[in-house]
Amino acid sequence: MTAATETPPLAPAPAPEERPPRRRGRLTPYWLLLPGILWLLVFFALPMVYQASTSVQTGSLEEGYRVTWHFATYWDAVADYWPQFLRSIAYAGAATVLCLLLGYPLAYLIAFRAGRWRNLVLVLVIAPFFTSFLIRTLAWKTILADSGPVVSALDSLHVLDVTSWLGITAGDRVLATPLAVVCGLTYNFLPFMILPLYTSLERIDGRLHEAAGDLYARPFTTFRKVTFPLSMPGVVSGTLLTFIPASGDYVNADLLGSTDTRMVGNVIQTQFLRILDYPTAAALSFVLMAGILAVVTLYIRKSGTEDLV
Amino acid sequence: MITVTTKNGAEAGGDVRLSGISKTYGSFTAVRPLDLTVPQGSFFALLGASGCGKTTTLRMIAGLEVPSSGTVSLGEQDVTNLPAYRRPVNTVFQSYALFPHLDIFENVAFGLRRRGIKQVKKQVGEMLDLVQLGEQARKRPHQLSGGQQQRVAVARALINTPRVLLLDEPLGALDLKLRRQMQLELKRIQTEVGITFIHVTHDQEEAMTMADTVAVMNAGRVEQLGSPADLYENPRTTFVANFLGTSNLIEAEVDSRSGDEIVLRAGGGKLVLPGARCSAPTTTGGKVLVGVRPEKISLTHADEAGGIPEGRNRITGTIADSSFTGVSTQYVVDSPVCPDFEVYAQNIDRDARLVPGAEVVLHWNPAHTFGLGADQDIDAGVETVDEEAAR
Repeated sequence: MTAATETPPLAPAPAPEERPPRRRGRLTPYWLLLPGILWLLVFFALPMVYQASTSVQTGSLEEGYRVTWHFATYWDAVADYWPQFLRSIAYAGAATVLCLLLGYPLAYLIAFRAGRWRNLVLVLVIAPFFTSFLIRTLAWKTILADSGPVVSALDSLHVLDVTSWLGITAGDRVLATPLAVVCGLTYNFLPFMILPLYTSLERIDGRLHEAAGDLYARPFTTFRKVTFPLSMPGVVSGTLLTFIPASGDYVNADLLGSTDTRMVGNVIQTQFLRILDYPTAAALSFVLMAGILAVVTLYIRKSGTEDLV
Repeated sequence: MITVTTKNGAEAGGDVRLSGISKTYGSFTAVRPLDLTVPQGSFFALLGASGCGKTTTLRMIAGLEVPSSGTVSLGEQDVTNLPAYRRPVNTVFQSYALFPHLDIFENVAFGLRRRGIKQVKKQVGEMLDLVQLGEQARKRPHQLSGGQQQRVAVARALINTPRVLLLDEPLGALDLKLRRQMQLELKRIQTEVGITFIHVTHDQEEAMTMADTVAVMNAGRVEQLGSPADLYENPRTTFVANFLGTSNLIEAEVDSRSGDEIVLRAGGGKLVLPGARCSAPTTTGGKVLVGVRPEKISLTHADEAGGIPEGRNRITGTIADSSFTGVSTQYVVDSPVCPDFEVYAQNIDRDARLVPGAEVVLHWNPAHTFGLGADQDIDAGVETVDEEAAR
């Protein structure tokens, strides 16, 4: 394009044969995007539209469902299942906080202290993914089993008295309580917290720590004023990667919880697969999605990390 | 005007004293046991090629590196075991290391806030004015140019009025013109605030322009220490002679000694060297290296050799190459005693016959000759093209 403008007026115009390759060159990025766009259309946009239409249908399994723009389904869904919604947010929130508390020190150690062990520790963080999600969650059933070593240990230390008093365990049981579900969620999503945190911490220029020390910041102040603020992008993406899937999760509540710990994911699953009330299930899915979107938007606004990256 | 008080409220005072300080990493010795005193209020440069230990020395003063042996004192206080955050010393880092998440104002205020000073606005404002960045206070570091970032780094360190300001190749990332400006700027600031500056650089011109005292470092030890003019005129080792500017070094044999003058034989001719300017022992028949700076030499065409006054050192040769640089012409002369004799001639009255291939006589005042011990590598400190490119 610039070649044309730089050509002196008397020079012959660019040969027409040169044009097709040039045009193709300009379109290349779009061709490369095509598979991704198609993927999104087929596996994201279409199902969304389908779900949206399902959520406003009425009818029954026998007679078939028809779109009647019946928005009351949404209201009924929220009115019937708001405790499960709140529980989802609470459990996912608790798991996210626990992941952050456990994951940050670990990510910090990997990024700054692990030295030549760094890659090994990173592999260990990801290692659980080599087994299936279900098996890992079932393993926790064994770990937290009644009168198993963990529960007896906690019981003899009177930890269970405290947690029971807090209402997150029941009597001398850990399994089938909120604590078990939150433990499962924390365990299953911990790597999603550690990896972004690690990436973010690892990118921090070590000289900034030296500069802070040189400017009279004690090690902890250096962490508070330099390291932590600079790791905010990792904190934000880590919490999102943990919170979003955790709030929609139903496997942990199903395997480690009881009917008292049902999360909204369990409700949706039941509605879809057992009760076969498709409109309610679809409406619940949309409410959950909107809720998560609202929480996430608020969170990103608050943390103000847009210009940190 | 900035008033100088240290952070402890104590009298600003005292020299920086390094005694027997060394640093080893495993089997590698970065700094050999070193004694150095930097007088209070001076602009001191540590000059050397990359890997000579100058930055390690600086980091040991800053407290960012723990010495393997020896002590660091500021005035009467032994600070060897104090961590960086408790030393009244600040550093301007090579890459500036500005905090990317803080704006310029907060970057500069960082040190003050860490010391619990709440009212920083006035001080930060004054400091930003000193480095002419008052307008940029609310910008982030990445929005500034390299030169401006450099000035922020200086302001951020200076605002704490440290006993010593350490500068680790602070101008390395700037282009030549800006570097010149910043050299003068730093010198101006140093004169204005009167704080001791210790400046690490590999650029000999930078060191000579800015510093009152230069320590030339090589392979973990200080080769020579002195004022820029002293180092330039009286190098004591071939490394200093070659690293600081250019020197022509000739291997010569001691012929005789008369009074204060040493007469030497080199090739077929005789050279005279003032005894006071020879750092090596001179016994008759022994070898010494005779040095002379390229700009001290006059170049005369062989046809007019008769007109050269008596008593000057002379060497004959053939011009191998000449390059015109505007102010001067730089000749490379092939002579029997030295294959690449460099001569810089001012372009006052140019002799048109002085072209490559011409027979010439090089002559200079014997007082400009210096002598070095012949037991050293004659090419030590000569910067090769590869080293330059590696930067």
